[in-house]
This record gives sequence, structure tokens and C-alpha cells, in this order.
Amino acid sequence: MHVLILFIEILILFAIIMLHVAYATYFERKIIGHMQVRMGPMRVGWHGLLQPIADGIKSFFKEDVVPEQADVVTFRAAPIICLTAMLTSLAVLPFAKGWVLADINIGLLFIFAMSSLSSYGVILAGWASNSKYTFLGGLRSMAQVISYEVAMGLSLVGVMMLSGTLNLTKIVEAQGGSFGGMYIFPQIIAFFVFFIAMLAETNRVPFDLPEAETELVSGYATEYSGMRYAIFFMAEYIGMMVMSSIGTICFLGGWNGPFEVTIFPPFWFVVKVYAFMFVFIWIRATLPRYRYDQLMSIGWKVLIPLALGNIVLTGFIKAFTG
Amino acid sequence: MFTYLFFLYCAVMIVGTGLLAITMRNPVHAVLMVLVLFFHMAGLYLILGAEFLAAVQIIVYAGAILVLYLFVLFLVSLRDEVKMDRFVTSAWLGRIISVGLAVSLISMLPTFVLGQKGHWPMAAVIKATHTKALGMEMYTSYILPFEIAGLILLIAVIGGLVLAKHDTPTTIEKS
Repeated sequence: MHVLILFIEILILFAIIMLHVAYATYFERKIIGHMQVRMGPMRVGWHGLLQPIADGIKSFFKEDVVPEQADVVTFRAAPIICLTAMLTSLAVLPFAKGWVLADINIGLLFIFAMSSLSSYGVILAGWASNSKYTFLGGLRSMAQVISYEVAMGLSLVGVMMLSGTLNLTKIVEAQGGSFGGMYIFPQIIAFFVFFIAMLAETNRVPFDLPEAETELVSGYATEYSGMRYAIFFMAEYIGMMVMSSIGTICFLGGWNGPFEVTIFPPFWFVVKVYAFMFVFIWIRATLPRYRYDQLMSIGWKVLIPLALGNIVLTGFIKAFTG
Repeated sequence: MFTYLFFLYCAVMIVGTGLLAITMRNPVHAVLMVLVLFFHMAGLYLILGAEFLAAVQIIVYAGAILVLYLFVLFLVSLRDEVKMDRFVTSAWLGRIISVGLAVSLISMLPTFVLGQKGHWPMAAVIKATHTKALGMEMYTSYILPFEIAGLILLIAVIGGLVLAKHDTPTTIEKS
């Protein structure tokens, strides 16, 4: 019985996330459209509201092309690895008090593990397609993810030290319901590092070098078509959402808000996640892309030392103030 | 019962993917097999209640070290396979030696005895969470070995830097 309930919960979460992914693309296209003084999607439904559904159906029925020289098994598995890893990390996110599929003690580490696994999808896609563009995209993604994962992990160590736990629910509870309790204030350096590393981990502008259109056609996804291409897209959007949720949980106080919304407890969580998503899209509409060596030098020479310094500082403050 | 089945599954997968990893022709496929192997090792840690170790196993080994292996594999040209002279010329001699090694290792198994019970029984570990228990032990009882391990790693890092950095006067500093 317990297993059955859990299974139904997983199905509900899966359906909501898939709808979310579809409408996140709409959200992005609309916002970028208005920022660039155009309308965005307008044709399908009222103000283009059915556009994501139409896109989804279209990509389902497109031909799934596999290049002749590709490594077929790896080529087919790569997008699935990406999506599965991203979906798995959703299991440990607490959307509201008690609204979590698996309340495990190593929630934060679990998310790191899954996000590093999803980079395999990108790397293998790049290699298995047997094309120059995809291969370069895969290599770039590999180097980028390794470098920025270190910075991201170190930036969250400060949060772990303050809350004394890796359990995401307890991290939210440790921040309390008040505005000043949010860890963004004592951990402002960590938040800065986390935010930049978050953009790089999800391969978003200004760090979208693995799929830089102007240089690499579409990077690691160049040889993919139809549903498999769409799966990479879904994984990217779920990745954005997972990273936004981590930011919300670790720095913005999770589901706590100015007042409680009893009919929908995750209200404030969703609002904060969408604020993060909006900033993601805003940055995409505003900033140009970094050069690759700049990306690497920022990661290793600025972010990692900053995060290490933050750990030392937090340690000292915690030791002297108790 | 479930734990036992899960253990069997993990054990079979570890042995199977280990064998595949050393027999597959394509090095990238071999690395992928090792990836699956690491996941099942993490599963074994989970059976033992060592959740922190399981997470670290995946983050460090699967997430960092194997990716570096893949990097090396991709960047080194693998067009022509490396052929080496056999160290032992007769194949049968090699088989006899390996079987002998296996027999002697397996015959050592019965001499295995369980270590002393520490002051962290399973219930206490679960209550304090595994991460906390590990941290407490490591930074209090075993602080000296921990520091020594840290020092050894530091030496390795410095050694790597010295080996990688060739001081040639013609090197142009990039800004």
C-alpha cells in the first residue's frame, strides 16, 4: 500500500514537472520576446498558450535520425541518462513541509551526485554522435562541469556549516520563518559563487559554450533530432528548475514566506523558483557569451578561492559566536 | 530478505560489469562499465547504512575521476591499438599462475575475522546520521591519521604541479 501511494505521488510529480517544462519554454520565449520588443509565440491558442503542446506533439512525431557512423547504443542512451539523472534529483526536493518524496539525510549530496551524472549524458552524446561539433561541445561541457561543480559544492559548505545538516528539509527549518533568517544574508559570498556556478552548471548564457550556436551549430545536440533532441531540452529545463530549487532552499528560506498560504503550501517555494527562472531568462536576453579561457579562469581563479575564503570566514564566525 | 536480494543483485552486477570493463574492446565502453560498477558499489554502501560514503563514492569516483579518465581517452588519439610483447610468452603458464593466485586468495577467506565493535552501533549511527558520526570520529579519535592523509595528498598535489609546470623561458604568459 505504501509503495502504491509513493508510486502515485511520483506520477503526479512527474506530470507536473513535465507540464512545467513545457510551459517554461513558453515563459522563456515570451519574456525574451518582450525584452526584445517583439511578441513571442502568438499563433497557437490565445497569446500562443498552446504553443508548447504543439511543439511537444511535433517533436514526438519527427523522425529519429541516428548518424551512420554513430555509436548507436550510447547515442540512444545519452539523452535518457541526462533526463533520468535530472528527474531523480527531484525526489529529494522539499516543496513544502512534508511535501517531499524521499526525505533523506544526504539530500544535498544526492543532488550533487545526480547533477554530475547528468553531465555524462552530455559527454556521451558528444562522443557517440561522431561529429566534430558535438565532440567539441561534449569536451567543453566536461571541463566546465568539473570546474564549476567544485565551486558550487564549496559554496554550499557554508550553508551546511550554519545549518549543521545535509537534509534539505532541515536546512529550510534551520533558517526559520523570518526574513532575516534567510541564509542569503550571512552567506552572501556563497550566494554569489553559487549563482554563477549555477548558470555554468546548467549550461545557460553567459556560459552556454557547450551549445554555442555561433561556433558549434548546436554543440553536443547537433546530431540529435525529434524526441531525443526534445529530451535534452527537457533535461536542461529540469536542471534549471532543480538548481533554482537548491538556491531557494539553501539561501531564500524554502517554502517560508511573509504569510502562509494554507490552500497551497508550496506557494512561496514556487514563487521563489520562478523568480530564479526569470533571472535565468533575463540574463539570457541581456548578456553576451564568455570566451572559453575566461570561463575557466573565473571558475578556478575567482570563484573557488572566494568559496574557500567563505568557508574559513564562516568557520571563524561560528567558532567565536557559538 | 529484500536487503539480501539487493546485495545479491549488487554483487552480481559488480562482478559482471568488472569483467565487461576489462574485456570490452572500446575503451569508452569500458569506462562506462566502470561507471555502472561504481553505482553498484554505492548500493553496497547503502546496504551497510553508510549513506555519506555512498554519496561520496558517486560524486568523487563517478562524477570526477571517471570524467577525467574519459577526458584523457578522448584527447589521446586511439586510432591504432597499442600492441605489446607478452610478458609471459606461454598462455598456459599465465593461466596456471592466475588460477593459482585466485585459489590462494580464496583459501585465505576463512581466516577473516570481524574486527572489534566500536562505540558506534548501527542504531547510534542512524540516530546521529551517518555523516555526523563519520565526522565526529574522523575529527576527534582519528585526527592524526586524517592529518597525515591530508599531508600526503598535499605532497601529491605539489608533485603534480611541479611535474606539469615546465619552466621554459619561451613560454608567453597569456593574460
